[in-house]
Amino acid sequence: MKHIIQQVFHSGKFVFGFSIFATILLIVIFYPLFVPDPPLTILGQGTFFPPGIYVSVYDSLSATSYTLNLDEAAAKRIASKLSQEDRQAVKEWLIAAGIPEAEIDPANTEQLLDQWFANYDSKKNVPGMTNAKRNYYIRLNNALKGLLSPDAATVSQTNPQTGEMEQIDTINQTDYVNVSEVANLRLLPLGTDNFGRDILTELIAATRVSLQIGFVAGIIATLIGLTLGLLAGYVGGVVDDAIMFVTNLFTVIPTFVLLILISFSIGQEQRGAFTIAVVIGLTSWVWTARAVRSQVISLRNRDHVNLSKLSGHSIVHIILSDILPYIASYVIMALILQISSGILAEAGLSILGLGPRTTEVPTLGLMINWAMIYQAHILGNWWAYMPVLVTIALITFSMNLMNTGMDQVFNPALRD
Amino acid sequence: MTTLTQPLLSARGVTKVFGFGRQKNTAVDNVDLDLYEGEVISIVGESGSGKTTISKILLGLLTETSGEIYFQGAKRDIRSHAKKQEYWKNIQAIFQDPFSSYNIFNKIDSVLLDCINMRGGRSLPREKKVEMMSEACSFVNLKFEELTNKYPFELSGGQMQRLMIARIFLLKPKILLADEPTSMIDACSRATILDELMHLRREIGMTIIFITHDIGLAYYVSDKVYIMEKGKFVESGSADSVILHPKEPYTRRLLNDVPKIYEEWDLTTV
Repeated sequence: MKHIIQQVFHSGKFVFGFSIFATILLIVIFYPLFVPDPPLTILGQGTFFPPGIYVSVYDSLSATSYTLNLDEAAAKRIASKLSQEDRQAVKEWLIAAGIPEAEIDPANTEQLLDQWFANYDSKKNVPGMTNAKRNYYIRLNNALKGLLSPDAATVSQTNPQTGEMEQIDTINQTDYVNVSEVANLRLLPLGTDNFGRDILTELIAATRVSLQIGFVAGIIATLIGLTLGLLAGYVGGVVDDAIMFVTNLFTVIPTFVLLILISFSIGQEQRGAFTIAVVIGLTSWVWTARAVRSQVISLRNRDHVNLSKLSGHSIVHIILSDILPYIASYVIMALILQISSGILAEAGLSILGLGPRTTEVPTLGLMINWAMIYQAHILGNWWAYMPVLVTIALITFSMNLMNTGMDQVFNPALRD
Repeated sequence: MTTLTQPLLSARGVTKVFGFGRQKNTAVDNVDLDLYEGEVISIVGESGSGKTTISKILLGLLTETSGEIYFQGAKRDIRSHAKKQEYWKNIQAIFQDPFSSYNIFNKIDSVLLDCINMRGGRSLPREKKVEMMSEACSFVNLKFEELTNKYPFELSGGQMQRLMIARIFLLKPKILLADEPTSMIDACSRATILDELMHLRREIGMTIIFITHDIGLAYYVSDKVYIMEKGKFVESGSADSVILHPKEPYTRRLLNDVPKIYEEWDLTTV
């Protein structure tokens, strides 16, 4: 037994898959210890804040300000304000003003601005331009001038006694605050979702719940499949016929359709994560049962089983000690596949809106469902669904890799 | 050889049919057999003649389609597990392939301990059990100290088959069914194993059913020979009469197939 485990850990595929899976597992276990926030807390007012560090504007004002003279500051400021549309509009104006197209580079902010201020004239009449477009150019020109002006911004507050605005502070363009001195900032590595929840915290909680669903479903499916397969294969006769009849019934009905119907009939309020796991487990044992049965049939006429019978052992003893150890490696591999397909089945169900109820725990499938309902994929908010897809892919990939690695160890015909 | 009037084990009209319809296959066809205490009989036939099937039926591992089997004069009843256990105290087997006869997950000790437990030695002290196991191993020229805590697959084929004989030594059954016990063993170990088997027979007064495809081997070990062809016994009688004066062409063919060292092989009869 020890020898087999050693061999398994010498298989490159298994070790690679196992390290991915162990990493996911460790993150899932240790992340909540460092970030104890409940995963479904709503932080943001609004949908889909992009990933990044969020610094409190209010606290920045009261933090000590330092003066830094940086050359690039103005250019960077304008570059970040000047949208792609504005750049395109500037280019159009410049072409109309007679600059050759080859000399205009919308990506080069400095050159673009120089060309703009040299050529723009609000009085100039460009043929075919609408009034709205003319006004847009005037506004754009003012905005660009404003960005370039060296004036300080003024911070005012209403005096509660007099009701008048009083200037309390000015902010120069060269004023900086040290981020570590700002009282409030929040890192959102994956931004927020449609409800304004931190996606990373939610994703890790969802991974944990999905893994739990996978484990429960996989263990239930494997236990049922193993028991029925052993009984059908070893006892044979009428028992075999009866079990195979039921198994064949389950085989011809597509499992996912069965899953959808059962989930639907349970009803949204009754569907917890555990219920879904049990339902998945109860519908996916069929292939394990068939495979175990055929393995047992080939084993039951072996001489070592006959010898065990002649030694007076009971059926239970023979099944447990003469049959089960011989198919244990197969059953473990089947269990791993069942777990990963359980996770996929939950995701599939949740995407259709038939997953666990949404108020308690997130699952990987529910996160995709939410992202889909709020059209994250159309709005280009990749952080709402991409990390979830990657997580699902990594979990199933690592499990399949472990399975292939074990298969190569247990089945010498498959070794490279 | 003392031959009692009542056979120890006898089969009357035993038939075994596998499958049905077009795939129907009669492996054992209306076979009669009598086994008296102390005898060694051989069932000889080529592959597929039904030797192993009849042996499994006699052992009670397969159920006959029709016919009766009598054990010690009474009709054999092995319908319940307890009765099967009782029957298997009297009849034991050695199988053809030593490599597949052992559960590779169990240690050698547990194979031998099972035998002691079966003979009602479950409550014996540990030292007594070890003593019995050592005695059994030394009977077949194995050292228990070298085997303990080892797995069967760590032994050679010949050692495994000798361990099988040690197992029979502990069980002391009335009847031993040896299903080609030497066919997977190299020629040198073969003679040793046969000698140990015959030694054991004298030691505990065992009756042996020897199943083989090698008619020379059958002549070497047995008192009585049954020649089996396509599920039927075509010829039977004392070893001398069947082998030295064969009546059936099938028996003659089997005899011709035995390789002879000093003669050139006549391949035209094959």
